[in-house]
Amino acid sequence: MSGVSERRAGLALRGVSAGYGAGVVLQEVDLEIPPGTLVGVIGPNGSGKSTLLKAILGLAPVMTGTVLLDGGPVSEQRDRVAYVPQREAVDWSFPVSAEQVVMMGRYPRVGWLRSPGASDRRAVREALERVALADLGAAQIGALSGGQQQRVFLARALVQEASVLLLDEPMTGVDQTTEQLIVSLLQELRDGGTTILHATHDLESAAEVSDQLCFVNRRVVAYGPPAETFTPTILHATFGGELLIVQAGDHSHVHGGGHHGPVDQ
Amino acid sequence: MSWLTDPLGYDFVLRALAEVVVMGATCGAIGAYVIVRRLAFIGDAISHAVFPGIVLAYLAGLSIFGGALVAGLITALGIALVARGGRIREDTAIGIFFAAAFALGIVLISTRHTFQGDLTGFLIGNLQGVSAGDITVSAAVGLAIVVVLAAVHKELVLVSFDRTLASALGYPVFALDALLLVILTVTIVVSIQAVGIILVLAMLVTPAATARLLVDRFVPMLALGSLIGAVVGVAGYYISFHLGTASGGTIVLLATAVFILAFVASPTHGLLGHRLRRHPQHAGVSPAVDPPTGHEHGS
Repeated sequence: MSGVSERRAGLALRGVSAGYGAGVVLQEVDLEIPPGTLVGVIGPNGSGKSTLLKAILGLAPVMTGTVLLDGGPVSEQRDRVAYVPQREAVDWSFPVSAEQVVMMGRYPRVGWLRSPGASDRRAVREALERVALADLGAAQIGALSGGQQQRVFLARALVQEASVLLLDEPMTGVDQTTEQLIVSLLQELRDGGTTILHATHDLESAAEVSDQLCFVNRRVVAYGPPAETFTPTILHATFGGELLIVQAGDHSHVHGGGHHGPVDQ
Repeated sequence: MSWLTDPLGYDFVLRALAEVVVMGATCGAIGAYVIVRRLAFIGDAISHAVFPGIVLAYLAGLSIFGGALVAGLITALGIALVARGGRIREDTAIGIFFAAAFALGIVLISTRHTFQGDLTGFLIGNLQGVSAGDITVSAAVGLAIVVVLAAVHKELVLVSFDRTLASALGYPVFALDALLLVILTVTIVVSIQAVGIILVLAMLVTPAATARLLVDRFVPMLALGSLIGAVVGVAGYYISFHLGTASGGTIVLLATAVFILAFVASPTHGLLGHRLRRHPQHAGVSPAVDPPTGHEHGS
């Protein structure tokens, strides 16, 4: 491969294997995701969905391979990647307000030994407006509803003005309004050129809203547009017997594992 | 008013009050971090681990403050390093270091018989014996801690609230953790003179926990914890002076009483406040049947 093709814009994983301790959770991942792509990451519990996101963030030990953003190692441009954590990972009793949480996304820009300035405060205010929380900025985060809490973390990702946005189960435990708001925001960001990966259990909504689906089970089973990949063969190859198809009237709902399952690896 | 002003005629009282204000304010401030980071157990470990350092310094005729500081830092960083690998859980690592260090102190002490009197001072504090030099050291350390906390405030809060984001953004998470442990150790060492090894944990936890019941923001919690620490320190010392009780124990009991008061009566987080908010339409009137409520509290 020449240097020119290496410089390709977007996110690229080249032969990435990642895991914790002695265990490899994710093997030999090769992905090329152009800017402005909304990717749904789906797979059973413990399949390595979260590990994939954390490998991109540089949090899961990458044993082999590289993660590139616009041709350069992502580890050298960490503030270009934003992350919305799983709800279980947050201490909701922490004495901090919604707007203070959002401001944390600005800290790399603010820098050491400095206080946030007027432009940072403006960015926080605008982000809270975009997630329809303008009135609740002063609330302690534990006092918000599950959907509002999720939107606070989305607003924090917005103020980072990142090129890559990773969301771990953003729709888990949120209300209908929040889900619609998150989906339209993600699509808006995608249209603005952001590369987005969201891990989810809700296969049907993932297939509906995503440009590409990434099926994960210890490796990437399939990657492509929903029309080509959302097939019984690939679903079975990813989930095996864990797939649950509920027939309700003329609708069939597909669930890849429980919403309240153990925290994914 | 003479009960308030009479004690001030004694130099040793003035020194004790100065020491207790610095100790209470510093512990109350660091306590905010102890609470949100759940460092109470590690704080207890450090305070006990300081013990062999004190004994060794005493036996060698070196600075007791220096000996305590070195022993505390070795323990704090040892725990952080052992727990960092992930093979041993942090609470297990703490249990091992804490007991081993205290055991070492006891063995060292048992080799000398002349040390018993001073020993009591280290275990339960000795405010009567505070020297002007002690106050200078405490005040300088307290000031240095305030400066450091202010300088890296937002980074310390970030790493406390969301380690994942902090590491994802490339912040030196381990260094920030270590810095917090060093600050905690220094605070403990300068507080031992006032309240002793066994009770210093109460000053780290109780005023800050009281403040948390009254406010919902980190900086106000830190400031209020600091104020409560200083006030219960002074008030507790006065009470102990007039009643002739042990000052360290009296201060801690007063802090606990204030905590219980806040726990029951805090407008936002207290038990009474809870009842009022659960039944806002008929506050004060007990309904015949308690309606089921999904109300859960974050703290």
